[in-house]
Amino acid sequence: MINVLIVGVGGQGTLLASRVLGAIASIEGKDCKLSEVHGMSQRGGSVVTHVRIGCDIAAPLVTPGEADYILAFEQLEALRWAYYLKEGGKILVNDQQIMPMPVITGAVEYPEGIYVKLAEAGKDTVIVEGLALAEEAGNTKAVNVVMIGALCAIEGVKYEVALEAVRRSVPAKLLAVNEKALEAGYKSVGK
Amino acid sequence: MNKLMLTNEAVARGAYEAGVKVVSSYPGTPSTEITEFVAKYPEIYSEWAPNEKVATEVAVGASIAGVRSMCCMKHVGVNVAADPLFTAAYTGVNGGMVLVVADDPAMHSSQNEQDSRFYARSAHVPMLEPADSAEAKEFTKKAFALSEEYDTPVMLRLTTRVAHSQSFVELEDRVERNPKYFTKDIAKYVMMPAMARKRHLAVEAREDKLAADVNKSELNRIEWRSKKLGIVCAGAVYQYVKEATDASIFKAGIVYPLAIEAIREFASQVEELLIVEELEPFIENQLKAHGVKCHGKEIFGKQGEFSSASIREKLYGVKTPAPVAEVPARPPVMCAGCPHRGVFYILKKLGVTVSGDIGCYTLGAQPPLSALDMCVCMGASIGMAHGFDKAESPLKRKMVAVIGDSTFIHSGITNVINAVYNRGTSTTIILDNSITGMTGHQDNPATGKTIKGEPTNKLDLEALMKAIGVDSVVVVDAYDLAAVEKAVKEETAREGVSVIIARRPCALLTKKYPPAFKVNGDKCRNCKACLRIGCPAIENIGGKVRINKELCVACGVCTQLCKFSAIEEGVK
Repeated sequence: MINVLIVGVGGQGTLLASRVLGAIASIEGKDCKLSEVHGMSQRGGSVVTHVRIGCDIAAPLVTPGEADYILAFEQLEALRWAYYLKEGGKILVNDQQIMPMPVITGAVEYPEGIYVKLAEAGKDTVIVEGLALAEEAGNTKAVNVVMIGALCAIEGVKYEVALEAVRRSVPAKLLAVNEKALEAGYKSVGK
Repeated sequence: MNKLMLTNEAVARGAYEAGVKVVSSYPGTPSTEITEFVAKYPEIYSEWAPNEKVATEVAVGASIAGVRSMCCMKHVGVNVAADPLFTAAYTGVNGGMVLVVADDPAMHSSQNEQDSRFYARSAHVPMLEPADSAEAKEFTKKAFALSEEYDTPVMLRLTTRVAHSQSFVELEDRVERNPKYFTKDIAKYVMMPAMARKRHLAVEAREDKLAADVNKSELNRIEWRSKKLGIVCAGAVYQYVKEATDASIFKAGIVYPLAIEAIREFASQVEELLIVEELEPFIENQLKAHGVKCHGKEIFGKQGEFSSASIREKLYGVKTPAPVAEVPARPPVMCAGCPHRGVFYILKKLGVTVSGDIGCYTLGAQPPLSALDMCVCMGASIGMAHGFDKAESPLKRKMVAVIGDSTFIHSGITNVINAVYNRGTSTTIILDNSITGMTGHQDNPATGKTIKGEPTNKLDLEALMKAIGVDSVVVVDAYDLAAVEKAVKEETAREGVSVIIARRPCALLTKKYPPAFKVNGDKCRNCKACLRIGCPAIENIGGKVRINKELCVACGVCTQLCKFSAIEEGVK
């Protein structure tokens, strides 16, 4: 059983990322459950999608302390959800900061040194230059697929399988950009 | 073929395979995607109705006409649909009819946490509750069969966690069904006292028969594990119970009528009977009323949603890691370029009391705009403002109602009629963003397009307001702050009923934007006036304001706040 938590800010495409993982499970003939968030929290709020791949899965939710991977599309969200990571799990963080409204209004400060905090908490952190790689691939919105690429490389999912999963999950006109994003993410780690 | 499917899609698939011909719904999280997926099947006529009452009446009509029909809504939608539902329970059906309701425990996207199972009990119609996608498809089909077998509308209940989860579903073929004939039968279809009295007896007889039959129903099942503890549960909670405990499980697939005798028998085989259910003690209280010894609510409470972790903690004291306390919150916000933002900025600036409504714009209650003062239900903004007027509140002349285009059509129109008819003085701002926004861009009567994207007659809000007899109708561009301010000042000062239509399409409707604006550091005096509008694209980093080019859609609203012309158009 592999438990993955995909976290980010509404609008960053956590939903699509989880569906690519679902497609990978489908291709590999494994059972899978996903739990998504739609509606109000999508509007720039903190969002979390649960993905469980294995056999005979009951609940669609990952339990805190049991995530093998956390895929964080934003630094603050990595910090917020890090408690879901199990011992020995990995948290992949897109090296990007998006200011939440309480920071914009000056009510609170955006925390400094998030990577240090994660390290101090004993979280095995992999920093991915997701935004830069997505921009190189041709669209900053493809951060989600860059992150999936990085996860697949670390987890040892064959590139061809990941590519087929992306093909099944994105609209045809966005395929070229997303293929580049997947490749960039896949190559960015594990060397 | 096996397909990973959102439960909402699986319900649509179930309707398709069951040979459903007509589906009418109003969007509402977490139910919306059901009808969006239905719309992809050319074999099914589907539509967005203006509200859940209309949707249900269309489904009732289609059923009486002889075809299988369905209507889908969120939990609070059933409040609106309750009128036709309660009497359709009397008429019964011709073609099978299913009302799908999606509850929202924990209120991910809702204004209350009501438990729709009471509607099934109250309307005397059966209710099925699936636990995942595969079951959702299967139960949808069974609901139609049940509807025809027992001559009753059937409710199918989802909760957010089921509706928005995906698991594998085995696809089967559609079975086309010949429409039944409609035969004139006023004793069954004309509900006036003489006939309804007889039908009420039929409803009771049907319910008694159902209550007996469910004890043998294959919709319920027992999973024997440890007999020290037996747990009765349904829906998503079943999955958590299965994972968190080793107890024997009575999984209720039909939650109303409850299989009381089957559960009594199950209870006799276990040492202790526990009921684990989200929201109200619906199952528990019925069992207790029938003398089945059980407990549950005193442990689990009536609020929020459960999880395997929460059940483990409550039953066995097993703790899981807790969130770190000092992480700043990230509440949902109106998007960059949202046309509602400028309107709320002006309302706050003018110190106007704002009667709010249901939609993205409810977010206007949050800082820094903090403009909304009340919000109850769909369409209520206008009626509440009229209530302030008639209560002779000192605030009544400094008050507006705000309501989106889709919500206005849903149930705001009658409120305006009421204000006009009863010689009220109030100002309503219709935030017309030309789409049903919060639920993810569904067309509505004012967009000029059907659910399938086909062109149709477009509701003309201005003409409608004039026809109703509104004293003053003004249209402004929601991005033009000066125009909005002028309109609000003038209309709130006026006697009679005013409607301001603040028009500008949702910023997410287009994917192509001009280049992002930027802050000219030489001109910026760091007064931070631009931050007061609460745009997520305007950031304050180390005391300096900058515009996040990934988020900015160049709406230009912030430029109207800058006294130093420091926010400039970007270059390609």
